[in-house]
Amino acid sequence: MTEPLLHIDVRGRSGDFAIDATIQAGSGVTALFGRSGAGKSTLVNMVAGLVTPSEGVIRVAGTTLFDSHQGINLKPERRGVGYVFQEARLFPHLSVAGNLTYGMNRLPVKQHGDTFERVVELLGLRPLLARRPATLSGGEKQRVAIARALLSNPRVLLMDEPLSSLDAQRKSEVLPFIERLSADFALPVLYVSHAVDEVVRLADTLVLVDNGCIRAQGRVEDIMGRLDLAPYTGRYEAGAVLSALVTGFDDALELTHLSVLGHRLYTAKVAVNVNDTVRLRIRARDVALALTPPTGTSILNQLPVVVSEVASGSGSHAEVALTITAAPSYEDAKPQTVLARITRKSLHDLNLRPGVAAYVLIKAVAIDRHSLGGLGNGVNRNQS
Amino acid sequence: MTNLLTPLEWEALGLSLKVAFWATLVSLPLGLVTAWLLARTRFWGHGLVNALVHLPLVLPPVVVGWALLVLLGRNGPLGSWLYEVLGVTVAFTWKGAAIAAAVMAFPLMVRAMRLSLEAVDTGLEAAARTLGASAVRVFFTITLPLMLPGVVTGGVLAFARALGEFGATITFVSNIPGETQTLPLALYGLTQTPGGETDAARLAIIAVIVALAALVVSEVLAQRIKRMTEGDRHD
Repeated sequence: MTEPLLHIDVRGRSGDFAIDATIQAGSGVTALFGRSGAGKSTLVNMVAGLVTPSEGVIRVAGTTLFDSHQGINLKPERRGVGYVFQEARLFPHLSVAGNLTYGMNRLPVKQHGDTFERVVELLGLRPLLARRPATLSGGEKQRVAIARALLSNPRVLLMDEPLSSLDAQRKSEVLPFIERLSADFALPVLYVSHAVDEVVRLADTLVLVDNGCIRAQGRVEDIMGRLDLAPYTGRYEAGAVLSALVTGFDDALELTHLSVLGHRLYTAKVAVNVNDTVRLRIRARDVALALTPPTGTSILNQLPVVVSEVASGSGSHAEVALTITAAPSYEDAKPQTVLARITRKSLHDLNLRPGVAAYVLIKAVAIDRHSLGGLGNGVNRNQS
Repeated sequence: MTNLLTPLEWEALGLSLKVAFWATLVSLPLGLVTAWLLARTRFWGHGLVNALVHLPLVLPPVVVGWALLVLLGRNGPLGSWLYEVLGVTVAFTWKGAAIAAAVMAFPLMVRAMRLSLEAVDTGLEAAARTLGASAVRVFFTITLPLMLPGVVTGGVLAFARALGEFGATITFVSNIPGETQTLPLALYGLTQTPGGETDAARLAIIAVIVALAALVVSEVLAQRIKRMTEGDRHD
């Protein structure tokens, strides 16, 4: 068994509550997702060496940063972590260029020039280099903070809700940069967030943190499709994540054609390329169910499914997990799940139980660019 | 220019400036370390050190002068060591006057530095650590520049306080013209001399001018440093 890139197994205290977490993550973006105060930031601070666990092991890319049994506890400056904080934390007395080069002495000297140029170019910082942090907008500050962390030549990039202090417009200004980071710099990223749309867009692996403990971890698609985890993923926001292949475009009608397990799916036109794999988040409340494929409807997307699980409480709503029936010759692909939220009345009227075959109906317009995430770096929403 | 002041006035003013300069210069690093210990660490005896630093602020200056005399006089425990090992005598010399001024000014300096240090965001220091800087490098590249306004304020306050020191100085090093007779001491001497009113008034005016100059310099410095650390805000 090969060692995972990130291996965290810690116990400790933070204020009033206990932390007890085991996380294994590979390359790409791993999201620590949970409510505020769930202990996500504490976990990340433990990796950075800013908080000391009472017990456990933290290893990154084969290097032990912390091991209570062997008495290893590297100082923060020896850990080789890049840390992007929620509030940017730029040094106010240094220019943008001064901030960027602050951590660069960890880089081999011969790499200074081109790495600096590359990062400045990627994050669009050239016009800002001479400015002081006090004169930057929130989005600009966060881009400088990301570049500064990258330039310190880290083994792992930690991002603690880097977008939560930004408004929607600033967010969309920074998101595309973060999206490209992991792939461009071959760097594992540990991304703390309590926003579902960010997680779907950025993360490959999802770790659900609740009350200092890990409730579940796995592929974003697998975790988001589980009804039992809805309390942690957010009940109102419940929605499954599908991975889909881009098969083509309809330029006249401005649609993108996708394929999910061999079934055609339409969505509004976005800037992706044919054969890109993308992630779609489909909110449970945007999904309707039918027992036979309806005709004469405006709903473009109809997928054959089988009910796998029903969760109905005492309220008017019920949630239904549905496994997509793969088209012929796609039977070997990973199964995919859709969640639907319907009334309990419909649940009874249609007599939906596990094993019942049905069709999910998804309005194409319900899949917008905000619910689209890239696997790897195929998606570039900048140009759309 | 030289004729503007009498030789005696030049002597007193020069001595005052020399004493205050050295008192401030030597206290600066000590004050910085003390402020850092008090603001950023918790150790056994923290409260005691804090009280000790602030004691000169609340004690009668004469008591401080007396304590210095007992400790640092030729026969005192510290004074005899200084004389035998280093060959230095501080009692009844200008060095002693500088020590008395430094001790009296120390609490003001430490307070100003501590306040500005406590205002430095420890999050910035943590960020610097994650960027590969050691604790020492973080102090000199992040903490110190950001608390510089407080260091300057503390320095200027201490300098002004040292210029005006009287009680501890006269008790510890006496009132020796040319050696320990600083401006306030010379002024005091003149008020005790019949017919010295005019000369006393001249010295008082000199003291006011020096104090005003110190205030202006500190203000200009503070502004300049503020601009340096925050940059011009223009959006």
